[in-house]
Amino acid sequence: MNRRLRLWLVGVGGAGLAALLVAACLDLPRFGGDRHPYGDRAVRASLSRHTANTISSVNFDQRAFDTLGEMSILFAAVLGCVVLLRQTRDEHRDRPEPAEVARPVRGYALLVLPVALLTGLYVIAHGQLSPGGGFQGGVVAATALHLLYLGADYRALERVRPIGVFEVGDALSAAAYLVTGLAAVLAGTAFLTNTLLPYGTFNTLSSGGTVPLLNAAIGMEVACAVVVLLARFLDQAVEIEQDKGEGEVRAP
Amino acid sequence: MHVLPYLVAVWIFLVGCYGLATSRNLIHAVGCLAVCQSATYVLLLAVGYRDGATAPVFSDVKPGSRPVVDPVVQALALTDVVVGATVTALLLALVVQVAKRHGTVDPDELSELRG
Repeated sequence: MNRRLRLWLVGVGGAGLAALLVAACLDLPRFGGDRHPYGDRAVRASLSRHTANTISSVNFDQRAFDTLGEMSILFAAVLGCVVLLRQTRDEHRDRPEPAEVARPVRGYALLVLPVALLTGLYVIAHGQLSPGGGFQGGVVAATALHLLYLGADYRALERVRPIGVFEVGDALSAAAYLVTGLAAVLAGTAFLTNTLLPYGTFNTLSSGGTVPLLNAAIGMEVACAVVVLLARFLDQAVEIEQDKGEGEVRAP
Repeated sequence: MHVLPYLVAVWIFLVGCYGLATSRNLIHAVGCLAVCQSATYVLLLAVGYRDGATAPVFSDVKPGSRPVVDPVVQALALTDVVVGATVTALLLALVVQVAKRHGTVDPDELSELRG
């Protein structure tokens, strides 16, 4: 199929889709309207379980089972990347060269690293109280480690980031989420029901029943997953080199 | 005027689709898919918005003192972001392998199958 014909097809299909979507938009409830029946009920349920951040309550209490699925998607995607980005037979590993880093960059990166790491942990720990939570804080904490790659070099990053430990951490935290859910079953309720722990005092760190536990498990899972994921991509970019005279020849 | 946010979502989605269809670079195509996906964030947040409302977080707002936006769609948007990020990572890993095996990232040149 040549490009002209393809563009023409995209144009016709896109115009049809656009017309349908616009027609659907005109029929949607008014933007900014006052009728949010599910939202109102979610807020009420969250307040009754002493969780100040309603979104955390939705994610780790009311829809905790969906979050289990979401976590599995993340886990499977990381597994897929690890398999796809492995070292193949016609490749070898080069020791990364020590890199020159401008002094201000190095100083700034080393200064910000602990602050960023602490911020990530803070966002995870306060997930049930303030905006944020395991997913957001995990990404912040994991990227904080990679400031070492910018501020020093790849070898420094590899020293503070033993991949095996993070892979085990990823699996352990995924298991911790499951076990917390199973504990509810053992207690005689449904899987992942938030009736196990006391709900605590509203707006304190220990409020919300199992929400902080699940939140912490997700935070650790996301942090480990992002570290493993970035490690695979960085390995491809920095360490893994194609053997001479192989892959290039196979290109048409 | 009250359909404008929904129409913005539609526009972002269609722009992403156009980019996907005309892309000449797989990395660019992955970026276009991310653009398509960001249309769903706009749509979800637009559906959940309420006039004059604040975030559904009660650490510094007294419950019941102000209207809050719909927390359910915000949680869905969070799920959406996570799934989007994982899909992007997986597709980029595939692109790395395609570039290594075929020596090109132009989808038009990737017509033959190879083991």
